[in-house]
Amino acid sequence: MEFYIQQILNALQVGSVYALIALGYTMVYGILAMINFAHGDIFMVSTYLAFFFSTMILGLVNGLNPILVFVLTLLVAMFGTALLAVVIERLAYKPLRTAPRMSAVITALGIGLFLENFMVAFKPVGPAPRFLPPLIPATNYNIGGVTVSTIQIVIIVVSALVMILLDTIVRRTMTGMAMRAISWDKSVVPLMGISVDRIISMTFALGAAVAAVGGTLYGIAYTIDPYMGIRIGWWAFISAVVGGIGNMRGAMIGGFILGFVEIFTPVFLPSTYRDFVAFSLLLILLIFRPTGILGRPMAQKV
Amino acid sequence: MTLLQIEQLTHYFGGLRAVQDFNLNLQPGELVALIGPNGAGKTTVFNLITGVYRPTEGNIAFRGQSLVGWPTHKIISMGIARTFQNVRLFKELSVLDNVRIAHYTRAGYSPLEALLRLPNFLQQEERVRQETLDLLNIFGLDDLAESTAKNLPYGQQRRLEIARALATRPALLLLDEPAAGMNPAEVEQLMETILWIRREFQLTILLIEHQMRVVMGITERIQVLDFGETIAEGTPTEIQNHPKVIEAYLGEEVAG
Amino acid sequence: MKSEFWKRWGVLVTLILIFPLTILLPKFGIINPYIDLVLKYIGINIILAISLNLVNGYMGEFSVGHAGFMAIGAYTASLLTVWLFPRQLGPFLFPIALLSGGIAAGIAGLGIAFPSFRTRGDYLAIVTLAFNMIIKSVLENIEAIGGPRGFMGMEKLTSLWWVYLVVILMVFLARNYVFSNFGRGVLSIREDEIASGLVSVNTRQVKVLTFVFSAFLAGVAGGLFAHELQFINPRSFTILKSTDMLVMVYLGGIGSLGGSILGATVFTVVMEGLRSVLQQIGISQEWRLVVAPLMLILLMIFRPSGIMGLREFRFLIPHKERPEAFAGHREQMQARKAAKEVLP
Repeated sequence: MEFYIQQILNALQVGSVYALIALGYTMVYGILAMINFAHGDIFMVSTYLAFFFSTMILGLVNGLNPILVFVLTLLVAMFGTALLAVVIERLAYKPLRTAPRMSAVITALGIGLFLENFMVAFKPVGPAPRFLPPLIPATNYNIGGVTVSTIQIVIIVVSALVMILLDTIVRRTMTGMAMRAISWDKSVVPLMGISVDRIISMTFALGAAVAAVGGTLYGIAYTIDPYMGIRIGWWAFISAVVGGIGNMRGAMIGGFILGFVEIFTPVFLPSTYRDFVAFSLLLILLIFRPTGILGRPMAQKV
Repeated sequence: MTLLQIEQLTHYFGGLRAVQDFNLNLQPGELVALIGPNGAGKTTVFNLITGVYRPTEGNIAFRGQSLVGWPTHKIISMGIARTFQNVRLFKELSVLDNVRIAHYTRAGYSPLEALLRLPNFLQQEERVRQETLDLLNIFGLDDLAESTAKNLPYGQQRRLEIARALATRPALLLLDEPAAGMNPAEVEQLMETILWIRREFQLTILLIEHQMRVVMGITERIQVLDFGETIAEGTPTEIQNHPKVIEAYLGEEVAG
Repeated sequence: MKSEFWKRWGVLVTLILIFPLTILLPKFGIINPYIDLVLKYIGINIILAISLNLVNGYMGEFSVGHAGFMAIGAYTASLLTVWLFPRQLGPFLFPIALLSGGIAAGIAGLGIAFPSFRTRGDYLAIVTLAFNMIIKSVLENIEAIGGPRGFMGMEKLTSLWWVYLVVILMVFLARNYVFSNFGRGVLSIREDEIASGLVSVNTRQVKVLTFVFSAFLAGVAGGLFAHELQFINPRSFTILKSTDMLVMVYLGGIGSLGGSILGATVFTVVMEGLRSVLQQIGISQEWRLVVAPLMLILLMIFRPSGIMGLREFRFLIPHKERPEAFAGHREQMQARKAAKEVLP
């Protein structure tokens, strides 16, 4: 029994990160009907932002409260990643808004790969895995046979908070409502005096900032490397599709489902089968239920 | 025998009812019109006949055989062709290719024969080319065979679309607003063309049209749709004076 | 008189004349092994580019996972020559190995063809990517063929003249496909899939044929690749390889075989050229991998139609389809017009 509770906790930890990244995919898809294939690599960049900032700050100033450093790192990563996302959007995606869909998707793929290979070639980064400095004291508590670590709790709690915050922003603020309006009908929104371009940039920024939270949280628990964007980004993408791409609550649910797939697959199959299971799940979904769990079906007029 | 028999055709798009209890009998050689206000379900009927949608309920039989559930290309091969409200040519392809594609099922060779350029392939390709040029010639388009479809003026594009439809050797031709965007002189020509092709190609024609001159001028029977339901059927004269029809069009001139 | 002969047979004669050069030049060291290698890569890439162009360019579909087919071809051909075929007969059975690789890949192509009936655009892109990942994952999990460590032991059967012959054959087949009923069906699907069905094109049949043929080509290229490197592992066939293929196709021009030949050549030469340039100015080779994605991005934004746009080299167009042929037809039609009734 304890074993399963333990695994559930692990799945929640992993799933939280997937959910945070999945939100970025789903928000951009909702507003532009475009799959931002570069998002996973944007997440990867966020982990490096967290790495460089925290390492630098701890090197410069002595005796700082690690919690303070953690919060600062989080904010810096969020801001930096959001900026990157907006730059990419303005430079590469905006010119292609009227082009055939293929162009935008392939460009996104290109940007993702560019980021990866750039990070590998860029000397201060390089291909070797890195550790973030310890920002959260890694103590383990034993509760009734189940090992719970502080890092685990931080990840799950912070993710949950961020998701609730995002949900509130989207549902209660003007920006959020504009985002949802654009996803239903792009042409109407400008008529209400709202700049579609601004909202689109905001969407990218928000999605990236949320992914950056995931990145920082990931960084304090695992190692980071330039190719993680492919692995984690794809799993997060599958989460978004499973939940119903375009649907934010779906993205969160999907994230946790993939978290369970990751943790529970090795229980029943050799762990090298994880990718196979996840991608087969994706394939089956796309063929039989492309709209995912919560997605809305799209009709085509002839 | 009845060429086309539609019985109790009903179709829903999700919760929206597009067509309700539509019935139609077409005998070979007839020229029938389907009219009604915008959104009445007329194009949906065409889409249902050609298999673009599968009807929620009802039956469509062509030459006695039910068409429901058949893939589009099969229905076309059986002898039904259509044109579109907004011309749907293959824009980047040449005039020749646009019509040649319609010979797909009657190409006469296998992929292997094509890959290896076997004699049968060469023969059949030549045959198709000649048939296509002949057809284009009838519509005055053979000089433009290698022009790209998108570069043609609108009137010729419409003619090309009809030629393409005829290349499938249909028995039944569905014309979706063929007179759209035409001036009165062109409309006169169109009316002649429709009558001419009916004779020359032994067609039965079902026509959706808003221009009453065409409807009253050449059709023998009219069926009127409103909100997916048939509200009137009859000859042009009967329809002209039908109270329900006038009501549905409210204020529109039904000229003869 | 002479130019008539040249027009009809010029291309074939030139190709035949080049053939002995492909044997002799490397054999007598007139071209060094490095150039020999680059030429072989150009050939392999031409086949890959044409393979992807059929699906992405001519059919307007969305495959970004073609490296998976290449992998299947590579592994199949390698397993045959290493495990099944007797070593001495290797060079003679090489074409059979290549063909088998192609066929195996072609069968895998069905795996994408069927989903393509219901999905298009971005969704199909994901399906193809998932497919690519699954193939890679499966290959990594089969210990018998080396798992993640890869498979080796192949003889270097890929010679320049083999590549030359195979490339010519593949281009010939692809060109025949494109300029046929089925090729026109492919184009009609790109233009307007629904209208295509409505003019009697069996779109499912066309999709199956195209995906299978395209996968076949990629598989053959995979076999050539494997017997050049003499070592393959799953990591050679990921999205990175698929991206290279994408660059070649879009660089050269979608919907143009000549474009694919050009794109593959330019891409291979640029990448190899960069290798020595970077070496000269002392920048690490890892920066080369940044170039391909960057090219892709710039292409998409500034010149998505590529070098050739939708145009085709004249020598690749069958005689009957060329503009000159139409002039001949026009005369014929004039002669027959007298007897015909022409519509206003």
